[in-house]
Amino acid sequence: MPNQSTNQLINYLLSNGDNALIIGHRNSEWCGHGPVLEQDIAITNISLDLIGQARNFYQYAASLIGNDSNEDKLAYLREAIEFKNCLLVELPRGDWGFTVLRQFFFSAYQFYLYQQLQQNKDEQLAAITAKSIKEVTYHLRWSSEWVIRLGDGTEESHSRIVKALDELWSYTSELFLPAPYEEKMGIDISGIKDKWIQKVNEVLCEATLTAPSPKNEHTGGKQGRHTEHLNELLKDLQYLQRTYPGMEW
Amino acid sequence: MNNFIRKYYYGDIPEDKTGSNNSDSSQNPPLGGGGAGLWPLWEVFIRSKQGLDHKHAGSLHAADAQMAIENARDVYTRRMEGVSIWVVESKYIHASVPEEAGELYEPAEDKIYRHPTFYDLPDEVKHM
Repeated sequence: MPNQSTNQLINYLLSNGDNALIIGHRNSEWCGHGPVLEQDIAITNISLDLIGQARNFYQYAASLIGNDSNEDKLAYLREAIEFKNCLLVELPRGDWGFTVLRQFFFSAYQFYLYQQLQQNKDEQLAAITAKSIKEVTYHLRWSSEWVIRLGDGTEESHSRIVKALDELWSYTSELFLPAPYEEKMGIDISGIKDKWIQKVNEVLCEATLTAPSPKNEHTGGKQGRHTEHLNELLKDLQYLQRTYPGMEW
Repeated sequence: MNNFIRKYYYGDIPEDKTGSNNSDSSQNPPLGGGGAGLWPLWEVFIRSKQGLDHKHAGSLHAADAQMAIENARDVYTRRMEGVSIWVVESKYIHASVPEEAGELYEPAEDKIYRHPTFYDLPDEVKHM
């Protein structure tokens, strides 16, 4: 039985893995449906990066959990209530504006988080995030440019991203509300938040957009309290393993 | 002579044949109302490793040069094919006219002495 600090680390790894897996899955829903061929490939590349990151977190978590835990069981056989992703990543993909804005919010968060984590005293966690930060840097660049392009684009693209901004904004505060298992990980969350706000304001400003004033905030995902959307997503994601247990390619 | 330098458009470029710098960007909406059909076509050149030339890899649609480079990164370098990317809007490429192939290329056919094939290369010289 892992001790308390190992348990915290396991939960923390699962939380990071779940964030990456769920947003990766949401992005993968664009496969074959992207607005143009080139962007279809871009968003599915990003999906693969994120799902690859999830695998690294899950593999490490599974090694700490022991018994016969493995990455597949963690991804395919947990219930929604056991998932520790923030609500932001589980929302349906919406239109292209919604998807790129969500990716921008999340990538900016991941970027500043990984910047810190790559110096974490846990060497494995530091190695995983140091490897991933190059991918995240590109995701951030790609999504920033799309936010600017749509915000400062046509009347229609502008109105669509304004709508996405209104819907997504109230899900961003959860990123910076530490769950109990985050508190002793040696991360400066308020530092991440400050940089995130600065980056987001910079990009929104260039996109001729303004952050809405905070309304009711949606939180709870990190503690396993999810929206109905996660159930729907998992039904799809876990269908094969649940229907044919142990099935392999 | 005039015929020889006639601009010969390459690829399925849009009706509007002015360069993207000259055109009003509002006529190229990023999405909707026709999508990539309104985006200009770009030719992509990839350098596979330092020291080698950029080689033509293919073409793609993008709204501007920056997007073209990123699209090229995603479409043509996802299997580690490159270390550097060039893009150029297809409409800026001047191509020779296929009907003139006879006068342009055939005269070289019987001039084999232009090939350096009459030398014995020492075994030590590689990569020739």
